[in-house]
Amino acid sequence: MGCFFCWIVVSFQRGIAREIEAQNKWAQRVEMSYFFVLSADDALLRSPSSSRTRTSMRPTLALQVRGGGLGLLMCSHLPRKSVVPAPLSRRAVPIYRPNHSPYYVGLDRVREDPYDRVANPHGVIQLGLSDNKLCLDLIEDWMSKHFESSAIGGGDFAMYQPFDGMPEMKLAMAGFMSKVLGGTLSFDPSNVVLTAGATPAIEILCFCLADHGNAFLVPTPYYPGFDRDMTWRTGVEVIPVHCRSADSFTLSITALDQAFDQAMKKGLKVSGVLISNPSNPVGNLLSRDMLCNLLEFAREKNIHIISDEIFAGSVHGDAEFVSMLEILDLVEYDKGRVHVVYGLSKDLSVAGFRVGAIHSYNEDVLAASKKLTRFSSISSLTQRLLVPMLTDSGFINTFLGTNRDRSRETYKLFVEGLEQLGVNYLDSVAGSYCWVDMGGFMSSYSEKGELELWEKLLEVSKVNATPGSACHCAEPGWFRCCFTTILKDDIPVVMDRINKVAKLCKHAR
Amino acid sequence: MGSHSSNRTRVPLSRMAMGNGHGEDSPYFDGWKAYQIDPFDPAENPHGVIQMGLAENQLCADLIEEWLIDHPEGSICTAGGSDKFRDIANFQDYHGLPKFRNGIAIFMGKVRGNRVKFDPDRIVMSGGATGAHDLIAFCLADPGDAFLVPTPYYPGFDRDLCWRTGVKILPVNCKSSNNFKITKKALEEAYNGAVDAGIRVKGLIITNPSNPLGTTLDRATMKDLVDFVNEMNIHLVCDEIYAATLFRGPDFISIAEVIEEYDDDCCNRDLIHIIYSLSKDMGLPGFRIGIVYSYNDDVVRCGRKMSSFGLISSQTQHLIASMLSDDEFVERFIAESSARLAKRHGYFTHELERVGIRCLDSNAGLFVWMDLRELLAEQTFEAEMVLWRVVIHKVKLNVSPGSSFHCSEPGWYRVCIANMDDQTMEIALARIRSFVLENMMGNCMRVVRSKESKAVECKLKVSFSNRKMEEVMKMPCSMSPCSPMPPRSPLVRART
Repeated sequence: MGCFFCWIVVSFQRGIAREIEAQNKWAQRVEMSYFFVLSADDALLRSPSSSRTRTSMRPTLALQVRGGGLGLLMCSHLPRKSVVPAPLSRRAVPIYRPNHSPYYVGLDRVREDPYDRVANPHGVIQLGLSDNKLCLDLIEDWMSKHFESSAIGGGDFAMYQPFDGMPEMKLAMAGFMSKVLGGTLSFDPSNVVLTAGATPAIEILCFCLADHGNAFLVPTPYYPGFDRDMTWRTGVEVIPVHCRSADSFTLSITALDQAFDQAMKKGLKVSGVLISNPSNPVGNLLSRDMLCNLLEFAREKNIHIISDEIFAGSVHGDAEFVSMLEILDLVEYDKGRVHVVYGLSKDLSVAGFRVGAIHSYNEDVLAASKKLTRFSSISSLTQRLLVPMLTDSGFINTFLGTNRDRSRETYKLFVEGLEQLGVNYLDSVAGSYCWVDMGGFMSSYSEKGELELWEKLLEVSKVNATPGSACHCAEPGWFRCCFTTILKDDIPVVMDRINKVAKLCKHAR
Repeated sequence: MGSHSSNRTRVPLSRMAMGNGHGEDSPYFDGWKAYQIDPFDPAENPHGVIQMGLAENQLCADLIEEWLIDHPEGSICTAGGSDKFRDIANFQDYHGLPKFRNGIAIFMGKVRGNRVKFDPDRIVMSGGATGAHDLIAFCLADPGDAFLVPTPYYPGFDRDLCWRTGVKILPVNCKSSNNFKITKKALEEAYNGAVDAGIRVKGLIITNPSNPLGTTLDRATMKDLVDFVNEMNIHLVCDEIYAATLFRGPDFISIAEVIEEYDDDCCNRDLIHIIYSLSKDMGLPGFRIGIVYSYNDDVVRCGRKMSSFGLISSQTQHLIASMLSDDEFVERFIAESSARLAKRHGYFTHELERVGIRCLDSNAGLFVWMDLRELLAEQTFEAEMVLWRVVIHKVKLNVSPGSSFHCSEPGWYRVCIANMDDQTMEIALARIRSFVLENMMGNCMRVVRSKESKAVECKLKVSFSNRKMEEVMKMPCSMSPCSPMPPRSPLVRART
């Protein structure tokens, strides 16, 4: 469609460029990478003589200085609608581009074609989202018995509330956290800041604890969402600290130490360590000793610890969860360096309600978090509805117990199914997922092999599981499979489908 | 187990945590602090500070309450609505509930007289309008970039647009001489100033209806703005969160309507973004319902992913979707809200006028832009703050000084009038009358003394005619908490 004129960026001396800019008050800086490319037709259309163009054709220069180099883009007139779109921010670019991470691609595929035993039996089965649907019926039942609509109206709760949570909600959350994080601990609501889910809680802590360009050490494999929560907008870097299957993917202080030293050598300032305990995606717990060692490590390096304990109430195995706060309870110093993230999405199943919390003993962190959470406060309506339920001790105790029983039962059925297929898994005790080793089905022991397998699982057997590479796992072949978003009767269907892929892969070899 | 002072654990924190980018050290918040220490309550604390610094819409809270009671199916947490509980409680998709987006799109259209339609797929959620501004700034600008913002503007912008994003605000100065209209000249001056300083301007942010002015932009000005941003190739962000607070003519004209008048090659729609919320229009600030509506697909994609940081509770989305699908209720609400605002505004400004206090002529908003220039001892911001402190601590009304809105001229104050019942409003008015009366008495005493002494030629500003003073003296006064103006009050300071 006609030939194209290409306006070429030419290098000039800085002095000449400046002089031209000074002469033209409409000079606008343009990114070096942009070219003005117009077809011959367009160039005619945009000429001053064309009646199709509007007024205000000012002589314009685009000039910029980048990284010591110079460019002068010569253009006699910019059309009213510039062919160079006003860019979004640089930080927005990796975000608005289509995300090829398997974690998000898988979630999208399920959204497009969700499995339903009756309505869509050939749809994609969701094993990629660690939501817990096992005990939603209990909550539904409690709500419908306890709320007349008159309880929702009335009062001024629809008006502005403290951004860090209504006082009664903070009290209720502190009480619930005491139950879940450690029976002997009792939390003061004044040490709690509420947020719209754990996602903003992690981001807020990163804003508080680290400057742009600082780093956090994060043991792998880790929850894929941490990359978003910690780095998208804060300017913080994540340094993965690899854990190995030989150690059951348990954190090693030696590895942390090495990672810290390497960061220092590169000139990166480490602000803290982020751990998830119970671990996501592995599902194991950190021992008391390990937590003490971690605190010692943080003290030695004078850095923070963020402990994401969002699955604390989801222990289904025979093991005892120990919170970082319990370790802190034994020491009188260093309380200001540990910050716990919690939320109701997993343990109470109400992910849609967006209820998260930060617990800290550090007054400055609390003060800053309270101000930062104004961008992500919990709906007052939701708070009002949750307070009576959270403070109903009898119901909460029954709920937590039933949740544990149902999780255990479903986990057992799931791993039995895997065993029948001859698929290995890491025996985990907490969380709503199983860390499965499908390395035996890969065509090659590599990330490429793992992604090929993931694609087969998704496209051929229509099962969405999260590959370990999305979790930055150092060893290929591991997949996170969540078992709390499916019904028990669907487990055989899942196993059948995995088997289908297993046979395909064996056949291919 | 109380908080531990960070002195005992000296772990470094970020500059953001330790700095004051949050803006809460500014005088704007002093009034809030005074209110928090001594809040007015008609029964418990009748001499406390009356909150007139918070733009909250409480005038139609009864209508909302009535709807909630009559529609149990609206909430998934009641017996009437619990059948939907399981689907909604677990729903955390950042696309939002489709019926929520549809409801918002239709409501936005209704508020604009159905003159324009909105696409539900362009609606992105955020944590209130506060979260929406933070989100759009992250999407459009990098640290060190700037937005142009016409003054006077909402003080929260300094925090919401700049604090976490590292973006700057460059003011576009507007003057009272033409009712604070945004002129092309002012825009160009501000833009050129940025270029000269080596600052990259990424966009222009306007609030329409304006906070704090309470006025709407006319079509010609809107078109100037569209032309300007297209010419400069910068974004235009229109904060329209007060759209339904219009209570009289001229009509509110949304940017969505204005761009319909442009051909594609004359207006790049990728530059146009709207910020919306239900906090003001429906009086539901506690629900944290913020919306970014963008005509730019990349901004929608980016914003939607970022909305994970401030998703609206699915339970709240469901309730709002139900409420907004009730056409009869919505239409009645919009009309009734407008009528009640008109009544409140009309009465308040009339009563102020009777004591000689003028406000900028406005047609929307939850506040008035009060002109107290004549009460200033001198036309300086220092004098404005002196007067303001008197109003907070003596008259016991938390109003907001114009300087906190970056107004280029001293003497203006924003007074919120929709966050109280009629009784409280009467008390506030009575306090204002007392204050004005005492001020006038003080003026007169000073004039008498100076005439007697003939010592110093003073130029006092006696704002009110004797006739006006007689009228004022006949008005009911409250048991004003403030003491009579001392003769040496800065308000009646003589000028030589």
